[in-house]
Amino acid sequence: MFDDDDLKSPDEHSGVSRREFLKISSITVAVPLVAGPKVVRAEGQEVPVHGPGKVPVELTINGKKHKLELEPRVTLLDAMRDRLEITGAKRVCDRAECGACTVMLDNKAVYSCSVLAIEAQGKSITTVESLMESGKLHPIQQAFVDNDASQCGFCTPGFVVACKAFLDKHPDPTPDQIRHGLAGNLCRCGTYAGIRGAIAQAARKGA
Amino acid sequence: MPDYRWPEADQRILIGKRISRVDAPLKVSGQAKYTYDVVRPGMLFGKMLRCPYAHCKVVRVDTTAAEKMPGVKAVQVAQGPGKQIFWAGDEIAAVAALDEQTAEDAIRVIKVKYQKLPHLVSDAEPPAGAGEAGGPLSEDDIEDAMDNQVPEAQLIDMIQKQGISFKLTDELVKEAKSEGVSDAILNALRSAPYHEVKEGAAHSSYQKAATVTQGEPDKAFSESDVVSEGLYGIPVITHCCLESHGATPEWTADDKMLVYISTQNVSGIPAQIGEALKVPASNIRVHQDHIGGGFGSKFSADRWTIVAAQLSKKAGGKPVRMMLERDSELKVAGARPSAYARVKVGAKKDGTLLAWESQSWGTGGPGGGGSPPIPYVFSIPNQRKSHTAIRNNIGPARAWRAPNHPQAAVITMCALDDLAAKLNLDPLDFFLKNLVITGARADNYREEFGIASDLMGWKQKWHRRPAEPATAGLVRGVGLSMHTWGGRGHKSDCDLTIQPDGSVEIKMGSQDLGTGTRTCIQIVAAETLGLPIEAIDLKIGDTTYPPSGGSGGSTTIGGVSSSTRRAAVDAHDQLFAKVAPALNAQPGDLECVNGKVRVKGDSGRSLSWKQACGKLGAMPLTVRGQNPDRSKPPDLTNSGVGGVQMAEVEVDAETGIVKVTKMVAVQDCGLIIDVKTAESQTYGALIMGITYALYEEKIMDQKTGRMLNPDMEFYRLAGYADIPELVVHMMTGKGYDERGVIGLGEPPVVSPGAAISNAVANAIGVRVPFLPLTPDRVLNALGQKGAA
Repeated sequence: MFDDDDLKSPDEHSGVSRREFLKISSITVAVPLVAGPKVVRAEGQEVPVHGPGKVPVELTINGKKHKLELEPRVTLLDAMRDRLEITGAKRVCDRAECGACTVMLDNKAVYSCSVLAIEAQGKSITTVESLMESGKLHPIQQAFVDNDASQCGFCTPGFVVACKAFLDKHPDPTPDQIRHGLAGNLCRCGTYAGIRGAIAQAARKGA
Repeated sequence: MPDYRWPEADQRILIGKRISRVDAPLKVSGQAKYTYDVVRPGMLFGKMLRCPYAHCKVVRVDTTAAEKMPGVKAVQVAQGPGKQIFWAGDEIAAVAALDEQTAEDAIRVIKVKYQKLPHLVSDAEPPAGAGEAGGPLSEDDIEDAMDNQVPEAQLIDMIQKQGISFKLTDELVKEAKSEGVSDAILNALRSAPYHEVKEGAAHSSYQKAATVTQGEPDKAFSESDVVSEGLYGIPVITHCCLESHGATPEWTADDKMLVYISTQNVSGIPAQIGEALKVPASNIRVHQDHIGGGFGSKFSADRWTIVAAQLSKKAGGKPVRMMLERDSELKVAGARPSAYARVKVGAKKDGTLLAWESQSWGTGGPGGGGSPPIPYVFSIPNQRKSHTAIRNNIGPARAWRAPNHPQAAVITMCALDDLAAKLNLDPLDFFLKNLVITGARADNYREEFGIASDLMGWKQKWHRRPAEPATAGLVRGVGLSMHTWGGRGHKSDCDLTIQPDGSVEIKMGSQDLGTGTRTCIQIVAAETLGLPIEAIDLKIGDTTYPPSGGSGGSTTIGGVSSSTRRAAVDAHDQLFAKVAPALNAQPGDLECVNGKVRVKGDSGRSLSWKQACGKLGAMPLTVRGQNPDRSKPPDLTNSGVGGVQMAEVEVDAETGIVKVTKMVAVQDCGLIIDVKTAESQTYGALIMGITYALYEEKIMDQKTGRMLNPDMEFYRLAGYADIPELVVHMMTGKGYDERGVIGLGEPPVVSPGAAISNAVANAIGVRVPFLPLTPDRVLNALGQKGAA
């Protein structure tokens, strides 16, 4: 889970510009003005309360900063896909069961359907889109191509990111480690045989 | 006369080789755009309110509060007062709002009053005598029977016995003919007695078809040395496409639409939407780049798409995204019918099959569902069989990879395996002995069994079933199955254009389900024009391109490869005519090889592809490729394949947990365009097969009528760790290549359930009657045998 400590404190969110305010207020008439979180005391601790209504959110995705106004209940996945058109991560189960939405948060693989966008602030978000370098596929991606590890391809971006995070930690994995490491992603077309070949190839190359 | 024949093996540069799929780089880098990924300017978010009851009548729908909610741009009732609802999760009303959260909030404040009606969600064995006198058939019943491939003779018998509840108008006849309804069925409908059905009248839940008898089953059973009886079955499962069903329609003018939709049937969608919305189909443009799984469930435009289009209209034409939530995807967007049977089968001591008797039943939801073709593959000379379709409220069935075949394989191959065990025969020997009654593919099966046996190590691994059921420890066993499918290419048009600068473009309204369709089209065109694959600019997935059939029934590869081959041959022939003078040759003496147009056998007299295309002058050359085209022989596609599979399992007799440890698939499909993607499809089929053999079941709550596992935690798919050693062997070369191109999507997914069930029986010494082979079922089977 994610610590609230990692969230930026309320006053770090600057207000909304007049132009942005007009833009927002014209489309969400009855929603309260965009505001930073209130702070309430719960069990002796100060806890920020976001919303209701939209709050400013800043996300750092693939090294680029994005400023958004989102309801606090919006997931990182939906913010990326519907607001920023970063659609590599897919929405499938929407409840942390299938892994199609896998991204890296500070180099750790997470299900972006189960992380709120506001929780992802201040962290480095890495998606499948960033793995290519100067038009060249990452060795893991190339291994997926070579081993035909995608069919319909809808689970593929999640698998590629999960493999990347896994191999970063286990550059020379045992078959058991691979079985454990890739247990969080599901495929319907049945590409696991290709994925098995791909991860072997990528591991050999020290990706 | 143009020579369309597939090139001989020694001439092929690309066809039949192992080539990486052309769209893989897009897919692995997240750049491939699926319908769910499309974000249109000004797009609204649609949400559907779904019915919580399995059977009810809508009494009142009040959308006032939703309409008043800020951010809501349109509200549309899908099924209003008076409508009878036949499954939980059916569409009631929808909203379109500025963002998804608002849309979610809005459907929560829609008030609906329902009148609950009694439901049935069970597909347990019908009570004795049920459905003997079935009521008259409605249009939907007939359509459903056709969709589920109920044999023609059986359907005609039902029509004659039960009558029909609708008037057969000229318009209906015309429509039926255009949908391919046979004259025999139409004649039966014309002469069928008409029975009026009062609205709301009770519909019998059981439709029993007439008993079909062939040969002399009673005599054959009495002449059998061994008779085996058993119960076998396979439950309703869902498609669980990772990209859910859905669409983003928008109105680009008052009577013009652009629709992004996740579909296996790009070219066929405008007619469906047009009919529902009373818009000329030619005014509807449909587009899809990539699809995240279909498996047979994505041929229809579906009500949610129509409702989204209505919302869009109300919102001034703005695009409305309406993608199904995961739970809806599992509840309403497709299910494979169940099939169960009590089977009796008899043979001579030497294994010669003599007689088959079965009482089967199953459900495909509200329409009843079809009946599996049993006995499967083996034409047992003496048969008696009856089938009862159960109409219930579990939600509608859709075609699922090889409709009716996996069910037929489980019922047949498990019954035959039990018979072999009772005969004390190795099932491989028993199956080989009876190949004589499998028809045209008998020799293929024999060859395939030989290869599979070696790859599995069958002779070392097979043992007799233990006399006493296992009670502790890990036990191992092997099992086998076999299957068939048609797979002839569908109608598929394409336009191939060669520009004077040498660039080549193909446009085809087809779709690539992840089967490698794009790759194969490019391989065929590149091979024919002597170019590298990358030189072909392929455009598919749009209704502005020539129409190509829906991707179902393994018909795509035969269709698209044939029309592409014809177009490319016609195109190079026209190019040769322009180029021949420059090479001082006759057009018929030219060939395209390795990026050159040259005089056959004279590499000195050649032009580069670009130079040759320069001879076209100022205008490009476009030819239309069509398939089938009987005026232009030969037939480049064919029908009829065979395949065999073997499974090895390890069963923990204490916990009942089944682990598949190895699977072997040996498959033919005529001439293979790309061996790499063909193998992938077969690997995928084995994996899907392991999933439905061990895990998948649409579990219904009898009391509430709702699906209990509409998520991906409890509707389990096999994961990476569940996949054992898989061996795929594709039959190629003489005896196979010259048959032409045949589809592969369905056949290899037919056998895994039966092969795995047979391996479990071999391991534990007792049959687990029904898939999936869950620990509780395995322990039950062990317990019953132990107690007996």
